Amino acid sequence: MEGNYYPLLKWILAAPLAGFLLNGLFGKKFLGEKGGGILGSLAILVAFVFAALSSSDLLNLPADHRLLRDTLFNWISAGTFGVDAAFRLDPLSAVMALIVTGVSFLIHVYSAGYMKGDAGYNRYFAYLNLFVFFMLTLVLADNPLVMFVGWEGVGLCSYLLIGFWYEDPEKASAGKKAFITNRVGDAGFLLGLMLLSALLASQGVLAMDFATLEKNAPLLAPVTVLGVGAPTLICLLLFFGATGKSAQFPLYVWLPDAMAGPTPVSALIHAATMVTAGVYMLARLSFLYELAPRALEVVMLTGCFTAFFAAVIALLQKDIKKVLAYSTVSQLGYMFMAAGAGAYAASVFHLATHAFFKALLFLGAGSVIHGLSGEQDLFKMGGLKKDMPFTFLLVAAGWLAIAGVPGLSGFYSKDLILEKVFEHGGLLVWGVGVLTAGLTAFYTTRLFVLAFLRERRGEKHAHESPLSMTLPMTALALLAVAGGFLLKDRLFVFLDPAYVPAEHTPHAAKLMAVSVLAGLAGIAAAFALTLPRAANFLKNSMSHIHAFVFNKFYVDEFYGLAVIKPLKAFSNKFLFHLVDAGLIDGLLVNGTAKASYAAGRVLARAQSGRLDVYALVFAIGVALMLYWVI
Amino acid sequence: MEFLTNPLSLLIVLPASAAVLLLLVPPQSENLLRRGALFAATLTFLVSLKLWTGFDPASSAPQFALDLAWLPAYGIRYALGIDGISLLMIMLTAFLMPVSVLASFNYIKESQKAYYVCLLLLEAAMIGVFAVTDLFVFYLFWEAMLIPMYFLIGVWGGPRRIYAALKFFIYTMAGSVLMLAAILWLVAAQHTATGVWTFSIPALCAGVLTAQAQTWLFAAFALAFAVKVPLFPFHTWLPDAHVEAPTAGSVLLAGVLLKMGVYGYLRLAVPLFPQAALAAAPWLAGLGVVGIIYGSLVAWSQRDMKKMVAYSSVAHLGTVMLGVMAFEPAAVAGAVLQMVNHGLSTGALFLLVGVLYERRHTRLIEDYGGLAKVMPGFAAVFMIVTLSSVGLPGLNGFIGEVLVLFGAFRVYPWLAGLAVLGVILSAVYMLGMYQQVVFGPLRHTENKVLADLTPREWLYLLPLLAFILLIGVWPNPFLKRSMPAVANYINSAHRQAAPPPAEVKFSLGGEAK
Repeated sequence: MEGNYYPLLKWILAAPLAGFLLNGLFGKKFLGEKGGGILGSLAILVAFVFAALSSSDLLNLPADHRLLRDTLFNWISAGTFGVDAAFRLDPLSAVMALIVTGVSFLIHVYSAGYMKGDAGYNRYFAYLNLFVFFMLTLVLADNPLVMFVGWEGVGLCSYLLIGFWYEDPEKASAGKKAFITNRVGDAGFLLGLMLLSALLASQGVLAMDFATLEKNAPLLAPVTVLGVGAPTLICLLLFFGATGKSAQFPLYVWLPDAMAGPTPVSALIHAATMVTAGVYMLARLSFLYELAPRALEVVMLTGCFTAFFAAVIALLQKDIKKVLAYSTVSQLGYMFMAAGAGAYAASVFHLATHAFFKALLFLGAGSVIHGLSGEQDLFKMGGLKKDMPFTFLLVAAGWLAIAGVPGLSGFYSKDLILEKVFEHGGLLVWGVGVLTAGLTAFYTTRLFVLAFLRERRGEKHAHESPLSMTLPMTALALLAVAGGFLLKDRLFVFLDPAYVPAEHTPHAAKLMAVSVLAGLAGIAAAFALTLPRAANFLKNSMSHIHAFVFNKFYVDEFYGLAVIKPLKAFSNKFLFHLVDAGLIDGLLVNGTAKASYAAGRVLARAQSGRLDVYALVFAIGVALMLYWVI
Repeated sequence: MEFLTNPLSLLIVLPASAAVLLLLVPPQSENLLRRGALFAATLTFLVSLKLWTGFDPASSAPQFALDLAWLPAYGIRYALGIDGISLLMIMLTAFLMPVSVLASFNYIKESQKAYYVCLLLLEAAMIGVFAVTDLFVFYLFWEAMLIPMYFLIGVWGGPRRIYAALKFFIYTMAGSVLMLAAILWLVAAQHTATGVWTFSIPALCAGVLTAQAQTWLFAAFALAFAVKVPLFPFHTWLPDAHVEAPTAGSVLLAGVLLKMGVYGYLRLAVPLFPQAALAAAPWLAGLGVVGIIYGSLVAWSQRDMKKMVAYSSVAHLGTVMLGVMAFEPAAVAGAVLQMVNHGLSTGALFLLVGVLYERRHTRLIEDYGGLAKVMPGFAAVFMIVTLSSVGLPGLNGFIGEVLVLFGAFRVYPWLAGLAVLGVILSAVYMLGMYQQVVFGPLRHTENKVLADLTPREWLYLLPLLAFILLIGVWPNPFLKRSMPAVANYINSAHRQAAPPPAEVKFSLGGEAK
């Protein structure tokens, strides 16, 4: 088997699992608030340290031998189907493990302050630890089935945390919506795996670990299924799973609702880590996608459309978290554009920088919400610069980073993606990407201006958040500012040893200039158009479009009317009442019973007790028998 | 003496004689009755552990075999012996029994003596069905199960208990009568061919029947078992029986009795009539998939929790049938494991509904809401069981589901592909119910004072949770023991056809160029 045996990997996973068990089982009774928060954060710190140690061991290996594996036991074995509970660390999973544990640790520390006084404090940390455990399972898995454990596991934690304040039925519903929408995607993912496994098994390949899959994937290239190339179909099915987890069109609808969860959860799960699982999956299975150029095209176009579509919705949202949620959907679209262009390293790069600045922005939003005792409406904020100076500065860093201001992290990764998209996708896709960059700059600037600058509009008193919240934000701000510059070439060399830096197309400088200009234009426009008079003028002159966009193009309503309601009515009225209760049970089952009963009643009349009738029947019978005999 | 020293025989005799002993206890000493029943059930479970430890997982021959003459003139013998599939079923039965007894302590208030006698007789009959290798004795136990179950529903059931009990009895009986006729025909045919009277299942399996005879006999057996599974559209007795049955009745009905149908296919219908079975298999698998989708959608419309769980059983058993009819090792092994899983998770669901019913005397979903606040322990257990039922990876349901889906996909790609819809639909109805019962505000004042799980309730729920987790993380001890039996089953199905292909064949509307 390829790769070096490395028993340390399991400890990366064990720490958060232990944290979950301790906080979940004994938290409330024995640990209390303080102990629970410290334990939860510590568990993630331990995981981070183990991840860092393992990664440095990985780095010390020669570039083409960077693979560490840890097989725990044979998990499922039946017939020709066998799966190991096994983990792997290669550059891709190392990058992911470091981002996941690093950002998680900061957000755990932040949460210790943010959730203070909540009745479910220990439950919160237990869920958060469990999430990190499953996320690490996802990124460290050595085969798609173990990856699926993490894949569904993070979905579960997302469900539990969105509905964390379960007494509010709307929040509980948002959690359910997330789980079910994800399951729709998961069904596609599972189907893709079934097809992959069956096709490879028919060629004699039974092991399912990624190394074996990579080696044997070319066997699938000549196979067609239903008139389509097998790799294309498999990749499209898997990508459908990714649109669920990573909130892409058409399954993105759960993510904005997921903002019902506590804000640190939005930062960690619904911005920095879990929603990037789809991007990671594509990078992990890039060897398969390379065989399916048509699937990659679909990925790129879906990403492009989602990026633009979500950015448009983000323009008009009032709720500070909803703006960030649609922004996340849009930024994930960028990552898929890159992956679709075959630039997996660029998509992982944007995944990393996005994790920094979007987590920062969410934590900043959380700090604002915390400071305003729960206010989320941007139009009731304003002028927070004075009351919350630290938060103001830190969010400013995140804002400039996502807006693509040169030198900050978002600039590097977005610029690289647009360059790659220009090479592979052509002018139109690139153009939409640049336009989206402008929109991105617009809505983040709008958010920043409405929250921190100009006059106060609400009555609520604002106060700066405690150090436990601002310190983790500071760390993220540093990464959001400098992360792009520090990581850019290092990350590429690490992910792909064959990478040659400074390999730019001739137009690179021109392309970059255009996207930077788009960003600056967006910022300028936002400053101008958020002035109350301008905003009102626009709103009134375009009220129809405004309502259409503000209501998110009525996609949720459409799904409700086109899918959920008819299906529910079909199940209840047709299947249950008509078919089940009416036809099968009423007519066939009880009908048979009634018919037998009625037949019995009729035949019972024959037993009338009248001897003359009996005698007559007897005589006829004898006559018939005689006739038959003679 | 072997009658008592053979562990299989002991497992039948023990609960039966305990039932007789309970008859001697005066009806007013209720504590003694309860404890006696619990003791007997626990003892039976402990004896069954001997099967687990003494079982040779590598062997494909019947184990713990016993063969005593009973009615030698007709070749009827008290013949016992198990393979891995029967082992798992017997273990499941013996495990669920003490749980069911414990769950009845508060629930059953009237005629306790008769109740526990029925429960123990039911156990003896159920274990008998799984342990025998003689067709006549099989039929005896098969019918014997009906009687205590009939009383459990009809005497200790809900308001419509008489209707439900009668429906259950007549429906199952109608199938069984056809099976009896087929059994007699089969044995007579065997006698004509060989000149020997025998009811031995292995001997009958070795016989050769014409294709036409196989078709008719298989149809009779298949129908009897389809009712029991229950396969769509023979399922409508199940929701009524479940809704009216007391908690323990539902647990055993779902946990064990439904498995009898699948077991019948595995042990009798397919090995006895392989040609006919192979021909019918795609249709039966198709009915299984219809059951998955139909059962899930109808479950979604239910307002009564027990009825919902009952329809979810139709869906789960549909998955099992898909696996069993695929004749693919992974799929069949997954189906067998899924039988155990369904017994655990659906059993647990019925227990949890029972916990609520004992407190509030209603099973309507809308009468609850917000229970997480007052019953956090209950909410946690309910969550885990719900997730097990929807097949979340890491818990038991996933292993069975994934094996059936991946295995069956190699044989019936379209059917298995459709079956994946069950992954979505199960989440829709289960999480929907969970949300309405556990989340949200405490709408009803009656619910504000509900007590969380009592120690007794924890005592019978925790072992179920332990197995739900154990099988999810480490299923191989269970799979390993069933593999030789699974291989036997598949070989027997292909006995009169071309031998099963050694390598996996797969094609879906296209060929490798």
